[in-house]
Amino acid sequence: MDKWRNIFNPSSVFVPLGAIVLGLLSGAVIMLLGGYNPVDAYQALFRKVFGSPYDIGETIRTITPLLFTGLAVGFTYRAGLFNIGADGQYIMGMTGAAIVGIKLQLPWFIHAPLAVLVGAIFGGLWAALVGYLKASRGVNEVISSIMLNWIALYLSNYLLRALLLEPGQQRSYFIHESASVSIGWLSRALENARMDWGIFIGLIGAIVFYFLLWRTKQGYELRAVGLNPDAARYAGINIKSSIVKSMFIGGVFAGLGGVFEVLGVFHYQVLSAASSGYGFDGIAVALLGGNHPVGIVFASILFGTLTYGSAGMNFSADVPTEIVRIVIGAVIFFVASHGIIQGIVKPFMASRRKLDKKGAA
Amino acid sequence: MMGEPEVIVELKGITKRFPGIVANDSIDLKLRKGEIHALLGENGAGKSTLMSILFGLYQPDEGEIHIRGRKAVIDGPGRAISLGIGMVHQHFKLVQPFTVAENIMLGAEPVKGVSLDYRTAHDKVRQISDQYGLKVDPKAKIEDITVGMQQRVEILKTLYRGADILIFDEPTAVLTVQEIRELMQILRNLTAEGKSIILITHKLAEIMEVSDTVTVIRRGKVVDTLRTAETNEEELAEKMVGRSVSFVPVKKERAPGEVVLSVEGLTVGTGREKKQLDNINLTIREGEIVGLAGVDGNGQHELIEVLTGIRKATSGRIMLNGQDVTNRQTRDLMDAGIAHIPEDRHKHGLVLDFTVSENIVLGSYRDDAFGRGILLDSKAVERYAEKLVGEYDVRTPSVQNKARSLSGGNQQKAIIARELERGPRLLIAMQPTRGLDVGAISFVHERLLQAKAEGKAILLISFELDELFNLSDKLVVIFDGQIMGEANPAETDGEKLGLMMAGKTMHAEGRG
Repeated sequence: MDKWRNIFNPSSVFVPLGAIVLGLLSGAVIMLLGGYNPVDAYQALFRKVFGSPYDIGETIRTITPLLFTGLAVGFTYRAGLFNIGADGQYIMGMTGAAIVGIKLQLPWFIHAPLAVLVGAIFGGLWAALVGYLKASRGVNEVISSIMLNWIALYLSNYLLRALLLEPGQQRSYFIHESASVSIGWLSRALENARMDWGIFIGLIGAIVFYFLLWRTKQGYELRAVGLNPDAARYAGINIKSSIVKSMFIGGVFAGLGGVFEVLGVFHYQVLSAASSGYGFDGIAVALLGGNHPVGIVFASILFGTLTYGSAGMNFSADVPTEIVRIVIGAVIFFVASHGIIQGIVKPFMASRRKLDKKGAA
Repeated sequence: MMGEPEVIVELKGITKRFPGIVANDSIDLKLRKGEIHALLGENGAGKSTLMSILFGLYQPDEGEIHIRGRKAVIDGPGRAISLGIGMVHQHFKLVQPFTVAENIMLGAEPVKGVSLDYRTAHDKVRQISDQYGLKVDPKAKIEDITVGMQQRVEILKTLYRGADILIFDEPTAVLTVQEIRELMQILRNLTAEGKSIILITHKLAEIMEVSDTVTVIRRGKVVDTLRTAETNEEELAEKMVGRSVSFVPVKKERAPGEVVLSVEGLTVGTGREKKQLDNINLTIREGEIVGLAGVDGNGQHELIEVLTGIRKATSGRIMLNGQDVTNRQTRDLMDAGIAHIPEDRHKHGLVLDFTVSENIVLGSYRDDAFGRGILLDSKAVERYAEKLVGEYDVRTPSVQNKARSLSGGNQQKAIIARELERGPRLLIAMQPTRGLDVGAISFVHERLLQAKAEGKAILLISFELDELFNLSDKLVVIFDGQIMGEANPAETDGEKLGLMMAGKTMHAEGRG
């Protein structure tokens, strides 16, 4: 646990910033080795992202699920749990929203909120199951949540086939218009980019994240359990219920990510052979963001931008999109091994380091 | 009489600065061959920094180190080891699932062909162990042996690597009374074999018992170097803290009042396995300190855990203020008026990465004073923490600093402030002065006596007999999960108590 904490709590702002720079440089080196021009490539990347109103809108759409899964991982991490199951929770969120969106017919002011709520609760309960297993049976949350990812994938496919599949298609029926959370006028303003309420709810989610953990008694308990479960128990905090609660809240975040993908972006759910990977990207986002809501917002913007922009890099500079995955991988690598960065920026951080030593002496 | 033995280590004008503080200010120190040289000072006085310099963990800003008369630059622990310097750290660095021999040979494994030569390792470990009377079994696993034994493994490790200058960093902090006695003997054996020892400590009794020379450090400077035979505890304490210190707190007699805690027939564990607590009966009244004496591991932890709701009792009753509170949740027991100063303040007492203020409300944060309903008002928390930090003299730059950054004594003060200010009826304090320096110890003792004077019932569990004698109104001895008997501290002595702690019942003689 301590090891994870060390990796997961890079102490300063320098580390993530340094990691981003080094990550981009690593990508550049690899492009040079491959005979590509990195300057052109990065220019193409940013042109793609900021090139047109449509691209800006679509970049925001790419950011949204990363923001949600980042919050999901970060929140549970603050409570001492490593939620590797955001992927499964995300899928359950999609499924819950799709069922309500397709099967029910209600006025829009009930239908959309209900679909969002049910999707969120699906995600939350899926995560709470992991919490329950840990609290009552001591099952390691990493193991159970990774297994539940697969169960979620196939359970979701099964439910799709059994309940929602449009004949002859590899996807569900479309959701009813009343369940849609797309924002028509915003889409029209951004050249028909797929815009929905997701990003706004995500930003509110980041605020809720902060408020819950640092402004409520419940959050105080969760953080105490996260940092020292023994001391928390001695202070009369119920560890088991804390574990279940924090997993549930994390799962709600991840589930919401899936909800907006169905209700806002695609308006249907597809049968998937493999996971979306958003849950795992969420781990990277939380890691880069230092498990702090503000950091997570910025990290999701960065990763979303790189991911969406990679298409432009491919198109106009002929650089394969995989290069961007390498950049993202390198960023994560440098955040995790923050000793490297501290070594490089040592001259700037000399005073900090001395203070640390004094504390250790 | 022969002349003075040769000087084996000489530190000349060692200065080490950290931002904002001079940890060592031109320190001189001479260690002679075959002597035990005690380094005495309060927490934060600069002892550990100085020894870290000698062991190569830090580089001095000024000054020189001479080993066996030659100037040495010690740029890392590897260099220190090759110069024959070994360090026994306060926190052991052992691989738990490995055997003793495996731990000792780690990093210097004897090899035969491609495989490890266990036989040679075992033989060598046993031989060193016998030479110094360490009585260590090379084949035992670390996780199976006691803390005292683990420490000996650390000693063996340094000897195995050929150390003849040994540094001990607070070696007795984690040991029981018996283990301390044995360690003292081991130290004497080592010097008899020609080893030289530097003993870092703040326990005066140990220095008087075992050391030949003592150097007192205060705020990074050497106050004095004395021959142990020519000084006494009072003088050393005065030099260490810079003022005179009273050792024996003034115990005021107070007529005990109503019964606060009454434990009847408390048992943990069923008949089939060994019972961890067996039919414990205990009464504590208002304004009374009951001292629970016993060797570590005889049921003290279990008793506390049952009283604080961490562990469930199998049978028996716990009455608090006349109410049955057996097997209630920790939170309910805290609300009912139980406060607890746990033995392990890092593991159980504090959330080290919480701020001081967050730690000070651990246990009372649900109070409406710290925010209505579900909200937590961090401003109110900080105001409260600032008040307590002032009243209990917790030295911290601000209440927003992490508890981790505080010294042990200040961490303990913060815990005591938190627990006492919750207004408990019963205070359970286990080893409340463990690892603290003289100044902090007397502060803790004063606060406990003050709490008693205010009418709180106090259960004091300690492995230090002096502490129990000085503070308690009544002594109760626990052995193997059973209460062996009671004693009045004014009418009994350490010998009698020691017999009970070893399992002899008080009435054994009388009843034949």
